[in-house]
Amino acid sequence: MNEQDSQPTGGEVTPTGEFGSGAVRLDQGHVIGDGGIPARFENPGFPPHPHRGTDLDEGAAKRAERVVGGLFILSVLGTLGFIVAYFAIDSDATVFVPGIGMTNALHLVLGLTMAASLLGIGLGAVHWAKTLMPDHEEVEMRHTMRSDAEHRKEFGTILGEGAESAHLTRRPLIKYAMGGALGLFAVPVILPVLGGLGPMPGDDLSVSFWNGDQEEDGKYPNKPLRLMRDPQNTPIKASEVTIGSVFHVMPEGLLDLEEHILEAKAKAAVIVMRLDPDDIKVQKEKDWGHQGIVAYSKICTHVGCPVGLYEQQTHHLLCPCHQSTFDVTQDCKVIFGPAKRPLPQLPITVDDEGYLISKGPFKEATGPSFWERGSA
Amino acid sequence: MSTDTFPAGRPADRLRDGDQPADRAPSAAARKAGGVAGWIDDRTGSAKGVNYLLRKVFPDHWSFMLGEIAMYSLIICLISGALLTLWFVPSAGHTIYDGSYVPLRGQQMSEAYASTLNISFDVRGGLIVRQIHHWAALMFIVGLTVHMFRVFFTGAFRKPRELNWVIGTVLALLAAIEGFAGYSLPDDLLSGTGIRAMEGFVQTAPVIGSYLAYGIFGGPFPGEAIIPRLYSAHVLLLPAILVGLFTAHIVLVAVQKHTQFPGPGRTNDNVVGYRVMPVYAAKAGGFFFIVFGVIALISALFTINPIWAYGPYDPSPVTAGSQPDWYMGAYDGALRLLPGWLEFSFLGFTMSLNIALGALVLLPLVYIVVGVYPFVERWVTGDDREHHLLDRPRNNPTRTGIGMAGIVAYSVFMFAAGNDIMAIKLGMSINDITWAFRIGLFVLPPLTFWVTKRICLSLQRRDRDLALHARESGRIIRGADGSFHERHDALTDHERWILVQHEPVEPLQLTPDVDENGVARPAARKDRLRAKVSHFYFKDAVNPVTPAELAAAHHDGHQAEAIEAPFDYEGIEGDSDHTPGTGGQGADTDAGRSEAAERGIGSASRLRE
Amino acid sequence: MNALAARRRHPAAIAILLMLGLLVTGFAYAAVAPQPAKAESSSAEDVAAGKQLFQANCASCHGVNAEGRATGNGDKIAGPALAGVGAAAVDFQMGTGRMPMRAPAVQAPRGQVQFTQDQIDQVGAYIASLAPGPAVPSEEDVDASKGDPAKGGELFRVNCAMCHNFAGSGGALTRGKYAPSLMGVESKHIYEAMETGPQSMPVFNDGNIAPEDKRDVIAFLKSVEDTPQQGGHALGSLGPVTEGWFAWFFGLGILIAAAVWLGQKSA
Repeated sequence: MNEQDSQPTGGEVTPTGEFGSGAVRLDQGHVIGDGGIPARFENPGFPPHPHRGTDLDEGAAKRAERVVGGLFILSVLGTLGFIVAYFAIDSDATVFVPGIGMTNALHLVLGLTMAASLLGIGLGAVHWAKTLMPDHEEVEMRHTMRSDAEHRKEFGTILGEGAESAHLTRRPLIKYAMGGALGLFAVPVILPVLGGLGPMPGDDLSVSFWNGDQEEDGKYPNKPLRLMRDPQNTPIKASEVTIGSVFHVMPEGLLDLEEHILEAKAKAAVIVMRLDPDDIKVQKEKDWGHQGIVAYSKICTHVGCPVGLYEQQTHHLLCPCHQSTFDVTQDCKVIFGPAKRPLPQLPITVDDEGYLISKGPFKEATGPSFWERGSA
Repeated sequence: MSTDTFPAGRPADRLRDGDQPADRAPSAAARKAGGVAGWIDDRTGSAKGVNYLLRKVFPDHWSFMLGEIAMYSLIICLISGALLTLWFVPSAGHTIYDGSYVPLRGQQMSEAYASTLNISFDVRGGLIVRQIHHWAALMFIVGLTVHMFRVFFTGAFRKPRELNWVIGTVLALLAAIEGFAGYSLPDDLLSGTGIRAMEGFVQTAPVIGSYLAYGIFGGPFPGEAIIPRLYSAHVLLLPAILVGLFTAHIVLVAVQKHTQFPGPGRTNDNVVGYRVMPVYAAKAGGFFFIVFGVIALISALFTINPIWAYGPYDPSPVTAGSQPDWYMGAYDGALRLLPGWLEFSFLGFTMSLNIALGALVLLPLVYIVVGVYPFVERWVTGDDREHHLLDRPRNNPTRTGIGMAGIVAYSVFMFAAGNDIMAIKLGMSINDITWAFRIGLFVLPPLTFWVTKRICLSLQRRDRDLALHARESGRIIRGADGSFHERHDALTDHERWILVQHEPVEPLQLTPDVDENGVARPAARKDRLRAKVSHFYFKDAVNPVTPAELAAAHHDGHQAEAIEAPFDYEGIEGDSDHTPGTGGQGADTDAGRSEAAERGIGSASRLRE
Repeated sequence: MNALAARRRHPAAIAILLMLGLLVTGFAYAAVAPQPAKAESSSAEDVAAGKQLFQANCASCHGVNAEGRATGNGDKIAGPALAGVGAAAVDFQMGTGRMPMRAPAVQAPRGQVQFTQDQIDQVGAYIASLAPGPAVPSEEDVDASKGDPAKGGELFRVNCAMCHNFAGSGGALTRGKYAPSLMGVESKHIYEAMETGPQSMPVFNDGNIAPEDKRDVIAFLKSVEDTPQQGGHALGSLGPVTEGWFAWFFGLGILIAAAVWLGQKSA
């Protein structure tokens, strides 16, 4: 019996028409015959079994045997080759492979011999199964998944009787007390996990190294800091920033940190460019800059990748992660891509020696958005 | 053993009275074979169960191997991953590299990155193990994805396998997360950028974002906690769940027995194939070695994730072409497509839907949609029977269309993550590509649905045509009256069966909103929706040829088809608007529908119950 | 003759001709390239010859006196003014075949070099005579063997990788512009590009990246070029996108082929 037969879906017999009993017109939709012809085709049963070459011809079987044996021997050779290569090949040795070029010999040979060792077994076993093992398909019967009615009923009875015999229904105190205990026992496990995961952010996301170290009264010094080249860690003279230049900048002192240097970098990284002041369309940008030199946070306001791709002709800054494009002539407004907010600008000026310094910290949180950033 | 009649003898002997003398193995050979097995069976009684498993029959089809690609890749990941733990140091602690890779010597980096360099350059064979691990991870998720496609398009998720489909969906989700945790561990510039982006996603969660981020990272990004935490998730927590669910997945396959494609002799009540011992053991076992061998070969010849080239992570530098591994690509692509105006201020707080939708919502959403599909389809069809015979994808055009549309939607997101690579390789503008994807996201899935469904319907019609009129032989015969016919080769019953075996389907019919006493039925609204969805699924179904239709085709004088006019209904009264191409599809037209309604056949009657 | 005519239409003929052409240009180029750049020792004749070359080949876009020219289409320019760009810019643009530009495009692609090194130097001398600008670097400045690749790598990742990719394979910029691949680029051209900031690229003057730091960057790039592949074919050094493609098409392709073979009945 097959699936379709198990629940007949056929409906009434269609009119027989001029062709007489059993035949129907083809233009009447999906039609089902009447008594003379079954509603569905019958499963015709297994087709005749075609014999394999190896079943009929001992020569073919011998050939298959040799192939299988050969593949297993290839595997052994691969394994031996791996062992030899492991000890014999110098780890700096190189070999020229067409299509790849000069490549590390040890890695290549270890990989290839390992592949031979594995593929020999795999291909051999499958070829063996295909050519020499029995190829008559066997039939196993299925049974519906559900247990019979008796067992299903018994299950309910056992549960009910169990609860009954344990006095669960008769003694509600136990029931509710146990419920409460089971409901709460995970708390001692979870609480230390949640509590120990990390500190509260506080205002940490809204301040950066440019603010300086927090003082005892909770305020920040917000002192001017020199702009230092990253990674050279040298101060930058305003005169060195020619039009079209881009400098990757860290605040003075950051690169000297002994620890938490990456955490500081992740918020304080800055990119400095010099534009022709006439190209700058926003007065605030000019005011916070110095003779066309402007400094912006390098951390994308989208998800925090460094926005470093500066096109000096179009004055676009592009983020390589998700292609947010910021226009430096318009105070780094987003002109394309998924970011919403402009990059925060760092107010800068020059000190007595002509080095670029910050006039103060960022006026807003750098980096990706977060819920309470506007209220900080 | 009886306790009330003690035989004579020493009292201690009585205790052994009931013992059976130990069986002697009949032959030396059998004894040899049964040695270890016998020892185990003496202690576990496992022979019966093992015999059952060894005799189990598995149907043979190449597409049933797709799941095995995933399974074996997972095993390869477990093996190679265990090796890598011997050398990997899951620590973000700073160190100065002094290993043998010259271009990084003297650089500040984390111990995690330094130890990965050490695996790649100073452990003999370490790089091959690392590359096998990473390639196998990619193949694991590729394998489980195509396995999922196979299960979906053949309807193998139907009762009784919905549970296993859900387990598989959870496995797919966990596999992607496991992969993310894994490729983030080396702490190179690329993976660090990935973690940076992940921190950005988490931070945008409404209300709790910054707390969540500080919780995950143990303080400000990047911190020193994330590497050990990802490591513990990657090697302990997630693999434990993965292996547990995967075992349940396999046990359910064994308990429910494998589905099979329809064919002569194959029914819903049997399973036709090869026994585990010896054929399937050799094939499946051999296939493990083939998968392992192919992955080893790829690992020998093709670099994956050259962490030494990326350099150590630092939040200030970045590389062009920063992408996640492919299975995270869809979410990264979504972030590239979502427009910035989805971020807005709300009572002084910042709501970043441009990020949250792509990263925090889309990822679970994909798997939830996939996971609930069987239940939706079951609700639509009202079909509560067990299905062990697979559907040919063409025989369920709407499902196939939905699946293809889903794949295309996912692919649009995924390809969008490669927009910068496309821009340089195709010489196109990245802005144009991004816009094309944004539009494609809305246009391509419906288009794909429509095209796929049409293709399926055409294939079904072709099947009908073939079943009714058999193959054109190409031999032209001139009749006695001078007419020309092409002889059609007859199909054997076995050949025809595959074309006609599937079930005819009909959309559910609306039942009246009020019962026979004029009282409104409470379920009417739900039923209306259900009938509507059912209509969407089945309204233009092409049903299989019935024996009556075949008889009619022959009776109608079509044994020899006229070349000039294969079907000429002009002479037959009425209904001349039925074109031959849709011949037999009464459900296409109003007439057909009302006729079907009168007949009230199939699932419609189930709804009324 | 007949045989040759017959073979002319052979599909390989174009490929062979192309190869020959490339080889000939390659050798011709190699013959002139190693000549030391005569940065400051340009004579009046060189300037005059350069001016002639300029007016014949460059003036249509850059103006007869290198003053730049507008296209008349908005503020688009046909070619920028060249006073002050220096001989280094000329050597870079003409020495990498970017100039003269073959057709208007968002960006001048690297191409076949159309002038001898002497001619390029003459044009450079002419441009340098208009206003002072960066000179062609000395051999010493661009000698990769004298640089520190590790330090150069650090500089490269901070200053260059975001556009040119971690391995110098290139990357996309906005609206069809791109950062080209740095593989196979001559050391002095890398130096000149940093010095002069061609097209979209920002300027990395000596105040930003000192000459010896530039040499470190060159040393890093050359080490990327010369280091043998460690793990096999690099798949273009483009990151996970190509790896994903490879897994889907090659990895899955082979395994499905194996599965089909496994499921087929043996003949």
